[in-house]
Amino acid sequence: MLAVACVKQVPDTTQVKVDPVTGTLIREGVPFIINPFDTHALEESLRLKDRYGLRVVAISMGPPNTEVTLRKALALGADDTVLLSDRVFGGADTLATSMVLAEAIRRLAREEEVAVVLCGRQTIDGDTAQVGPGIATRLGYSQLTLVDRIEEMDLSAKQVRVRRKLRTRSEIVAAPLPAMIAVTREANRPRYPRVPMRLAAEDAVVTLWDNQEMKLDEETVGLKGSTTQVRRIFSPERAKGEILGDGLSNPEEAAQLLVGRLIEKGLLNL
Amino acid sequence: MSPDIVLFAIVLVAAIAFFGWSCFRRFRLVTLGRPDNRFHDIGRRLGNTLLYAFGQRRVVSRPFGVNHLVLHWCFLILLAANTEFLLGGLFPDYISLSRLPDGAYHALAFIFDLVSILALLAVCAALIRRAAFTNPYIGGLSRDSVTILGLVAVLMVAFFGMHAGEIAQGSEAAARYMPVSGYVAAAFLAGIPAGSLAGLIGFFWWLHAVVLLTFLNYLPYSKHMHIMTAIPNCFFKSLVRVNTQPREEFKKGNIFGVGQIDQFTWKGLFDAYSCTECGRCSDACPATFTGKPLDPRLVIHDIKANLIANGPRLKRKVATVLPLIGNGQEREGSVAEEVIWECTTCGACLEVCPVFIEHFPRIIDMRRHLVEMQARFPEELITFFEHMEQRRNPWGIAPAERTKWTAEAEVSPFEAGTTEYLLFVGCAGAFDARNRRTTLALTRILSAAGVSWGILGRDEICCGDSLRRLGNEFVFDRMAEENVRMFAERGVKKVITQCPHCYSTLKNDYRQYGAELEVSHHTELINNLIKTGRLKLDKAGDPGKVVFHDSCYLGRYNGVYEAPREAIASVTGQRPVEMTRYRERSFCCGGGGGRMWLEERLGRHINVTRVEEALQAEPGTVCVCCPYCTTMFEDGLKDKGVEGSVRVLDLAEIVAGALK
Ligand code: SF4
Ligand code: SF4
Repeated sequence: MLAVACVKQVPDTTQVKVDPVTGTLIREGVPFIINPFDTHALEESLRLKDRYGLRVVAISMGPPNTEVTLRKALALGADDTVLLSDRVFGGADTLATSMVLAEAIRRLAREEEVAVVLCGRQTIDGDTAQVGPGIATRLGYSQLTLVDRIEEMDLSAKQVRVRRKLRTRSEIVAAPLPAMIAVTREANRPRYPRVPMRLAAEDAVVTLWDNQEMKLDEETVGLKGSTTQVRRIFSPERAKGEILGDGLSNPEEAAQLLVGRLIEKGLLNL
Repeated sequence: MSPDIVLFAIVLVAAIAFFGWSCFRRFRLVTLGRPDNRFHDIGRRLGNTLLYAFGQRRVVSRPFGVNHLVLHWCFLILLAANTEFLLGGLFPDYISLSRLPDGAYHALAFIFDLVSILALLAVCAALIRRAAFTNPYIGGLSRDSVTILGLVAVLMVAFFGMHAGEIAQGSEAAARYMPVSGYVAAAFLAGIPAGSLAGLIGFFWWLHAVVLLTFLNYLPYSKHMHIMTAIPNCFFKSLVRVNTQPREEFKKGNIFGVGQIDQFTWKGLFDAYSCTECGRCSDACPATFTGKPLDPRLVIHDIKANLIANGPRLKRKVATVLPLIGNGQEREGSVAEEVIWECTTCGACLEVCPVFIEHFPRIIDMRRHLVEMQARFPEELITFFEHMEQRRNPWGIAPAERTKWTAEAEVSPFEAGTTEYLLFVGCAGAFDARNRRTTLALTRILSAAGVSWGILGRDEICCGDSLRRLGNEFVFDRMAEENVRMFAERGVKKVITQCPHCYSTLKNDYRQYGAELEVSHHTELINNLIKTGRLKLDKAGDPGKVVFHDSCYLGRYNGVYEAPREAIASVTGQRPVEMTRYRERSFCCGGGGGRMWLEERLGRHINVTRVEEALQAEPGTVCVCCPYCTTMFEDGLKDKGVEGSVRVLDLAEIVAGALK
């Protein structure tokens, strides 16, 4: 049985600047990283592998260099990887992305039963948190979002029990398998790759599925299949802070000023 | 043949056979180790052997070491006497000192007599010292030490009993030349009837024989094995300063680091057999000193115990019984994981070991195993490792911020041909607010002296020092290759660093990658600039009483001790005040070996301990020359609540403060 981990390669956003003139992201020279939220999804799938013997397949849609990210997944312990890459997949919004990913999972499920699909809660470049739910809806899987713990999985009874972390409370939810589980960053601490695995990953085969393979209707994928359009990207105005006191030479006074101001603004109740 | 001789022959052959078998059992295990060429440059090796093994240069550097030197030489001389004794026992008609020409016979009799009393006195002194006024690291009257010292004492007593008897009997032709034996004969044996005398001589002769053979057979099973191994270990000692680790070849199927005893090199194993358990390394170790579970002597001892436990099984290719890296529950022969992470790689242990055992390289071997094969390490390291891989600096700060500090200085990019030196700023010097002040001070000095320098700017990446010392050789390897490639592409030949860790890494570690850089630490460069008159100082910028702290990676790793002291003297008019432990014996700040990025959970804090030592000198300024030391000392001073009255300044800041 499979655990499919969906990972995305994203620009290291802390290093991305917005072009002040065109309003677009300057991606040049910015290194790519695996979406930090997705590292937790991958880790959770690897833990399911350790706990229940599931086979882990990491999938990703992106340009050909996404292969690097998938190799990282292999180094961490994924058994297989599928790269969904084709010109016509480019420029996709969450709707079109979930389309391709869902179809890929469907293809995987034809070969081997899928127990769970794991997604990160959101990405750091898009921040929409829609792709996971999109996949679940398209595939008709149980949809479990904001999961910070997978309590138990019963593969024969096809049941999973998870803990969802909501704003003010946690809830324990049971759902039938297959399920799409979107995990939060608190779900786990991702492991670190061992060198022999890294070396093995360096020349392992990353399966490529392009649209010749997938045969999806070009109207439903990529830019054409997207319903959202980015009109403008800009950095939100940030209210300028003010400097209160001198914390370095007089920390006590500075602390008093700070607490006073917080009470004044109603942010602190004593 | 008399029945006595037959009996003795049987005893002797059995004893020697058992000794030979013991040695074979022990030493054949050394061949389990991986290869390490320690046979080149025989001439220098022989020189080292003379100086350190026979001359005991390091042993005598401690007050009581002379006693050991005396015993060592007595032992060597009496080796001849005892060979004569054993062979003479077997072939009394052929082998005897008395068969030598008179001159030689008398001289040897005289020497053996004197040396024996010297040995007896030295043994007594050692026993008294262990019992009465020992340093804690010596370990007092351990069973091992009492046994061996006791055996030697009895051996000497038997020697005198035997010879005194012969003198009293009148059968010793060289009696006149044996003052001590002669004295014993006159004082204790006068008037004893001939028959009793013969019995006494026989008794002492057998006592001597039995004790001697017992001693021989005890050696391979005790710390006194060093009597056999210390001399070769000095011969095999590293011919260069041990300031780097060997590269690993990242090929599929290789094993990385050491997780099982046979993955050490043979020298690592032989080291373990050579330990004299003198405790000097424990005494020098900052981790041991501050009450942490790491004790370098025990690490070496555990390697030996593990080899003895697992070696024969590995020879037979069956599973080992004792893990090399344990969880702290095992008794002897396993090094606990937490121990492995406590080492600051300060090198103090190596510096004092009289037999040149290489302690921390073994610790790094085991770290490599934990990181590379097991991905097991203190949890705070995962962020550190990931920051290094993703952002090429320890904090994970965006690389674009590497040049932020340049807003306050006039800086140009390094260009081969136009700029002479590359200023390799280092991560701390570029990102850390406190250490940027050092960088700025250094740039002021360079400009004042008219040095032509430039930086790599945003393209600079971490040198990887902490990665390597923490055992993450895989990531270090890639970063080192990247750096070396960049240096070659940009035509970098001369480098200035303000961080001893960058300094040592670029200078020593990168050599393994083919980089032949001329690297100067800023202390060396600044001192040269002052000495050659290129830097004009104004003595007015007096920083008060200056106490100096040696950075491990500058001092012990690279032998730079004088440059910073001379530079301080140029500013203040006098050499800095020294702490109790300084130069080769300096005590680490606690930040090396990747410890900068680890919590210090066990024992007292190393930095606070060092700050306390510095405060004893009542300084106005603690002068350091390493960004880690700066941070460690500032934190330590805050801990002591004296950050208002004592300052921590980098040498560059002190000198910059005195610029005209
Ligand atoms: S290198 Fe320093 S910290 Fe490590 S064992 Fe030796 S003395 Fe102790
Ligand atoms: S390792 Fe060296 S310094 Fe330490 S106890 Fe053994 S012989 Fe002495």
